[in-house]
Amino acid sequence: MSKSLRLAALTALAMLPAAGSFAAEHEEHAGGMPQLNFGEPLLVAQVFWLLAIFVLLYVLMAGVALPRVAKVLAARRSRIDGDLEAARAAKDRADAAMADHRSATAHARAEAHAAVSAAVARAQDELATKTEAMNAKLARQIEAAEAQISAARQAAMGALRQVSADTAAAVVARIAGGADRAVVDAAVDRELSARGHA
Amino acid sequence: MAAEGKAIDALHQFNLAPVLGEFGEQYMFSQSTLFMAVAVVLITLLMVVGMARGAVVPGRLQSLAEASYEFVHELVVGQVGDEGKKFFPFVFCLFMFVLFGNLLGLIPYAFTFTSHIAVTFALAALVFVLVTIVGLVIHGTHFFSYFFPEGAPKLLAPLIIPIEIISYLSRPISLSVRLFANMVAGHVMLIVFATFVVMIGSAGFIGYFGAVLPLAINVILVGFELLVAFLQAYVFAILTSIYLHDAVHLH
Repeated sequence: MSKSLRLAALTALAMLPAAGSFAAEHEEHAGGMPQLNFGEPLLVAQVFWLLAIFVLLYVLMAGVALPRVAKVLAARRSRIDGDLEAARAAKDRADAAMADHRSATAHARAEAHAAVSAAVARAQDELATKTEAMNAKLARQIEAAEAQISAARQAAMGALRQVSADTAAAVVARIAGGADRAVVDAAVDRELSARGHA
Repeated sequence: MAAEGKAIDALHQFNLAPVLGEFGEQYMFSQSTLFMAVAVVLITLLMVVGMARGAVVPGRLQSLAEASYEFVHELVVGQVGDEGKKFFPFVFCLFMFVLFGNLLGLIPYAFTFTSHIAVTFALAALVFVLVTIVGLVIHGTHFFSYFFPEGAPKLLAPLIIPIEIISYLSRPISLSVRLFANMVAGHVMLIVFATFVVMIGSAGFIGYFGAVLPLAINVILVGFELLVAFLQAYVFAILTSIYLHDAVHLH
């Protein structure tokens, strides 16, 4: 349907300038159109020349010119397609390289993180063991010092008892004249323990 | 070519005369034939010299040659379909031959061979014969069903068949007369107004001013004729393609 419409439009368009041909028809009566003068041998010869020349044109075009144009157009099309293909491949390669690069970066970052946290953990462990060792050493020293102190105190207490007993015996001897050493010792012990110095 | 006495002789330009002296006399080689040969030479130069380099990036002449090729190729394949590729060289020759004939005719002192009904009818008859042969070769006797559209009421057959046959037979006439009439009309108008320029211009000082109007009209007409030259070549080629489509596909 659209084809016949187009045909009609084309025909109408084509006939438009033909309106001027009425001017030609007026002249026709005066001398007659040379185109319709079929008595003219050149007019008939023209048709034979036309056929010969048109066949020559057809042979030249179909045989030589048009296949060449077709070849050039096909070559250009394949060249463009090839270039596009190459560009697409290059883009794919670039994308792949980019992805590689990205994953390598992520990998390196993860590794670095792991290394850092391992180092931190190791340092903390070391610190903890050192602290423990130091604490143990200090505890031992404190214990030793305490033992020393208590020994010294024991000794001091022993000396005090001796001094107290001697003094008491001397005092008793001066006052009462002579004294049983054992009784004095027991009384000093009793007195000391009552004061909490035992 | 111009005014002889008082009358405007607009048709003298279509007279045939032998050219190239002895050769023209002997082989009845007229200026019409000469310009056909010139057209063929120019088309061949365009298509062969223009494509000689076959460059990937075309120059001016190569662009023109490729554009003509692709224009007609699109036209034929668009109308006929892929089967139309076989007929592309023929339609291309028709289009270029008519186009160059029309355009050469616009050069002063040149002869417009497309303004001769004998030439245009011979071309149209060539198309008609080709289309009929293509139809018969592809479809055999089934081709005659073209004259009776499928689904039409049988009762109307005596009416439809003669109409279809007449319309089929009138194709070469309309095809040839359209081109012929357009070219004749254009060239008659050009010479009529050109003669006015000379006639009015020869009327003295005031005539110089009066002659400007027909001159201006002629300038416009030349532009219009350039359009007509292309349009008629296009119409010739597209109608040929449409007829080929009908022959290949039967409606």
